[in-house]
Amino acid sequence: MTLFFINYALPLIFIFFQSALVLVAVLLMAYFGIYADRKIWAAVQLRKGPNVVGPFGLLQSAADLLKLLFKEIIIPEKANKMIFVLGPIVTCFVALSSWAVIPFSEGWVVADINVGILYIFAVSSLGVYGIIMGGWASNSKYPFMGAMRSAAQMVSYEVSIGFVIITVLLCVGSLNLSEIVYAQEGLWFIFPLFPMFIIFFISALAETNRPPFDLPEAEAELVAGYQTEYSSALFMLYFLGELAATFLMCAMTTILFLGGWLPPLDILPFTIVPGVVWFFLKMAFIFFLFSMVKALVPRYRYDQLMRLGWKVFLPISLFYVILTSSFLLFFDIAP
Amino acid sequence: MPSILQDYLPIVIFMSLCMFITLLLILPPLLIAPKNPDPEKLSPYECGFEPFDDARSKFDIRFYLVAILFIIFDLEVAFLFPWALVFGDIGLFGFFSMMLFLGILTIGFIYEWKKGALEWD
Amino acid sequence: MFPVLLFYIFSLAIIASALMVIFSKQPINSVLFLIFSFINAAGIFLLAGAEFLALIMVIVYVGAVAVLFLFVIMMLDFNPDTIKKEVGKHLYVGLFIGFILFLEIILMMYSPELFSYEYQIVGNTVKTSLTNTEILGNLIYTEYFLQFQISGFILLVAMIGAIVLTLRHRDYVRRQIVSDQVARDPKLSIELVDIKLKIRK
Repeated sequence: MTLFFINYALPLIFIFFQSALVLVAVLLMAYFGIYADRKIWAAVQLRKGPNVVGPFGLLQSAADLLKLLFKEIIIPEKANKMIFVLGPIVTCFVALSSWAVIPFSEGWVVADINVGILYIFAVSSLGVYGIIMGGWASNSKYPFMGAMRSAAQMVSYEVSIGFVIITVLLCVGSLNLSEIVYAQEGLWFIFPLFPMFIIFFISALAETNRPPFDLPEAEAELVAGYQTEYSSALFMLYFLGELAATFLMCAMTTILFLGGWLPPLDILPFTIVPGVVWFFLKMAFIFFLFSMVKALVPRYRYDQLMRLGWKVFLPISLFYVILTSSFLLFFDIAP
Repeated sequence: MPSILQDYLPIVIFMSLCMFITLLLILPPLLIAPKNPDPEKLSPYECGFEPFDDARSKFDIRFYLVAILFIIFDLEVAFLFPWALVFGDIGLFGFFSMMLFLGILTIGFIYEWKKGALEWD
Repeated sequence: MFPVLLFYIFSLAIIASALMVIFSKQPINSVLFLIFSFINAAGIFLLAGAEFLALIMVIVYVGAVAVLFLFVIMMLDFNPDTIKKEVGKHLYVGLFIGFILFLEIILMMYSPELFSYEYQIVGNTVKTSLTNTEILGNLIYTEYFLQFQISGFILLVAMIGAIVLTLRHRDYVRRQIVSDQVARDPKLSIELVDIKLKIRK
């Protein structure tokens, strides 16, 4: 009995608490992410941003959460009820479950699988379902158009994200996310692969429907896009899913290009700071860039968006795959 | 238990926890929130109009084309994953084998560019 | 014991959802069940230790192919009655093809040497430190060079076919041509004219 406990139950409980910790971290990130986003945006526009609820407005997100949780769920009459409810659930579930393989620090990972990056690529490619299902099930014009736009947009930028990941993998020789970080000891990939970093950053914005690529919810044309008919907790699930996906993209940028939990320089004052702090600092920096883009860049037009994805990013990233591999082969430094 | 199942067990636990959280968030409005629907509230949003017809209209065929092209490029990426992984081991032959593959697909890409399939109108 | 149980769960789920694909009334539900059966198939790959194939199954079939199906189903106005009529028309062809497939599966199970001798490889576990993906990578690009290039050609044909079948240009559309916009010269497009103003009294 004790043996059974030690062999089976204990690891299970351990994994359970690990997962719970990661999810709490993600939810906290989402909580402060909204706050930071609004504050940064306000600062750029010389406004104060949320400053009423709690000290410095820190409890604003909690107030919003409570408000959303206790509102009526409205399901339109003509909607396909089952799929209408399923849409936000899928979005949120998919966005949260990608976090299972993210290494926050050396060995701090829930599931250290061999094919971590494929897992992320696979799970994040499912994100499009939540939006299509929600937009279609609403049976209303604006959500439908928003869903179509969103699906085509996410699908287009996923290709260039794939090629960027391939370039990084060429320099690593492993699909494990921790290995990718270890390979950057000495030189972060942002330096040799800078154009790829730019492409990944912009594609990440498009993939998560962040401004300037927030066409699916462009309020001037489509009211609120695929979310128009949603209210209460279902709306919140979309919101939460989107934020979790945004932070996942921040984490991916950190892992692929900014050396994950590694300190910037391998000398004393930097090495004392634990890796997880570096990881979150880098993520916060990328998120800051996301917010600044939101504040500074005007929204794209749909044909410009498609042109950028298919005619600029796709050829450049494909060319860079070939360039990187030839370079590695020529100097015989492939891992 | 094979080791692969042990590797993926945390993912299963993690996913069930995610599902649990997601469902937990829907619970309060179902239990506590008021419920008084009326026809105006439940009608689809259309800037104050009654909707003229069913919202699910026929859509531009261009969206299908984007989806099909995406499948093809996604497959290309899928072929590139193992190649990038073993790039150091398969040497010159593996490199040129992939270059030929990419070359064939680049012909297709150029064709579609010239045909204007990537234009959005 | 445990993997066997999982195998039966996954395969039962595949069969059940495949049946639901055929028998559900709403096309949209069919697609969702199809996605569910794809995911279960990925689970079976995982049980067999093929983690790369499992995830590629999710990426390609669930993440790409099923999205296209969903597009088609959602965007075309299906009338359930027309579907029934169409099904009646093609019922015999479908049954015939299904019968042939079934026959092939039976032959595969009882006399696999008809097809190839590769079935003998199955069941020989290879002891190696390489991961599943690395083994695949070491084989595809060198050992199976020809098959790999043929798959490239198939993708090319698919690409060209898709364009030939679906591409329709509307000629009234005005497009943005970036190079023209950039190449515009203020000297050519702006003319400065001196206007003599008469001041009326």
